[in-house]
Amino acid sequence: MMGAGKAAIVGIGQTEFSKNSGRSELQLAAEAVKAALDDAGLSPADVDGLITFTLDGSDEVGLGRCLGIPDLKLATRIPNGGAASVATVFHAMSAVASGVCDVVVIWRAMNERSQYRFGQPIIRGAIPTGGGSTFMEWCLPFGAQSPASWEALTAQSYMSRYGVTNADFGLVSVLLRKYAATNPAAWFYGKPITLEDHQASRWIVAPALRLLDCCQESDGGVALVITRIDRARDCKQKPVVIRGAVTSMRFNHEIISDYYATSDLSHLEIGDRVRERLTQVTGLAPRDTQVAMIYDNFTPQIYMQLEAFGFCGPGQAKDYIKDGNLELTGRSPLSPNGGHIGEGYIHGMNLITEGVRQARGTAANQVANVENVFLASGVAGAIIGAA
Amino acid sequence: MADNETTIQRQEPVATPDSEFFWEGASRGELLIEQCDACKTLWHPPRPMCPKCHATRMVPARMSGRGVVYSWAMPIHPFPHGFATPPIVALIDLAEGPRVVSNVVGIDPRKMREGLAVTVEFEPTAGGKAVPVFRPVAGQEKTP
Repeated sequence: MMGAGKAAIVGIGQTEFSKNSGRSELQLAAEAVKAALDDAGLSPADVDGLITFTLDGSDEVGLGRCLGIPDLKLATRIPNGGAASVATVFHAMSAVASGVCDVVVIWRAMNERSQYRFGQPIIRGAIPTGGGSTFMEWCLPFGAQSPASWEALTAQSYMSRYGVTNADFGLVSVLLRKYAATNPAAWFYGKPITLEDHQASRWIVAPALRLLDCCQESDGGVALVITRIDRARDCKQKPVVIRGAVTSMRFNHEIISDYYATSDLSHLEIGDRVRERLTQVTGLAPRDTQVAMIYDNFTPQIYMQLEAFGFCGPGQAKDYIKDGNLELTGRSPLSPNGGHIGEGYIHGMNLITEGVRQARGTAANQVANVENVFLASGVAGAIIGAA
Repeated sequence: MADNETTIQRQEPVATPDSEFFWEGASRGELLIEQCDACKTLWHPPRPMCPKCHATRMVPARMSGRGVVYSWAMPIHPFPHGFATPPIVALIDLAEGPRVVSNVVGIDPRKMREGLAVTVEFEPTAGGKAVPVFRPVAGQEKTP
């Protein structure tokens, strides 16, 4: 498989995560990229590739203009909403491993709380599609106008199939808020919750999602620097090798309004494909890793991805979680930064920076003896680890 | 409990050239699903080429309007635009096969369940068009 083991993440950067950054998304992007390059010991003059999401609000020319990047060989955008996050790592790996680029920077910056509201209902006139995320035309006139409402239609199917309740989903919130409480970079630093708090929070979409099942709306920027493994060894930080990164875009699949690809929505089939491909490339199963950074837009996604990525069997996520497997000392510690629910929601990218810190051994809530970290955002998965 | 009836503030669909037939059909009181004229396969959401035989002549086919609820959800906060009370959003598996996003009307949310048999009707939108919604077949809503 082209790229596997031939590229490394050598720099990570992020701004603070807030509800009102007080500056433009472009500035957040530029600050995060500069921080990531400083972390790697590289300069903007070294950068010859830029990757972001189709949904990102900043411009490649604008960002290059801030940083003084002299010449880009590649600038590309990845579809699929926040599921693009781990997919960007796949594309950056491919670009450097194939020799197209030497140093690729990935960025994502958003003022999704202060400038617009990511979780609010969308009104008519919005774009009809979300880059493979949701074909809104089919949802908006019926009142399914927010990510939570799209997610809930799938989550309800899962709940019904396996007898899972909203209180079960709350276990994930409580866990991630526990981690955030001891992570100074988290918005919810020092603010753990109980299951009672979760159950007392208001309904967002009944009967699946309460307020505390939802990720945050956050302002912030995150960036990664990726280069070839030989060049990575000369960088400032201990390189974190991309042992493998894969994606899957299946026929008729939409990211969050995923209603048409399969008749049974209680299992995330796309995750099966990602797991199979990743194991083929790396020789490792996701459950063989020591940390699981899994995209938590809403708590049911953790249940469904745990099952699809093979941490446990169909319908077993509830017991897997109750048995303590996602604790820091458990079999598969989940997002020790607090995830999107506890730390902040920069569309998956702050889960990747935490994965890198875990592999380096520098995280706020460090898991012991980390060899491999699993990164997952539904349609994309990667396994990274120290060189 | 009162029906989850919507007002005529319901959002107008944003049609594309490939989907216009669906919304125009609904405004005439017809539930239309795209059918490949060559191989007769039904597709939803509509698309300009049949992924099975690659024909590009796609024609609207009228559905019976019968279906069953696959899953459902009730957006409560933030309140969706165009509704006076929280709507019941549902995935409906049509008798002919395709799955559509729609609403279930005329039922107490506490009685919502998967497998509920429903039949189509049409509700107006703010701009004078209409969208297909579904109502439980009489007697069905009492089933536990």
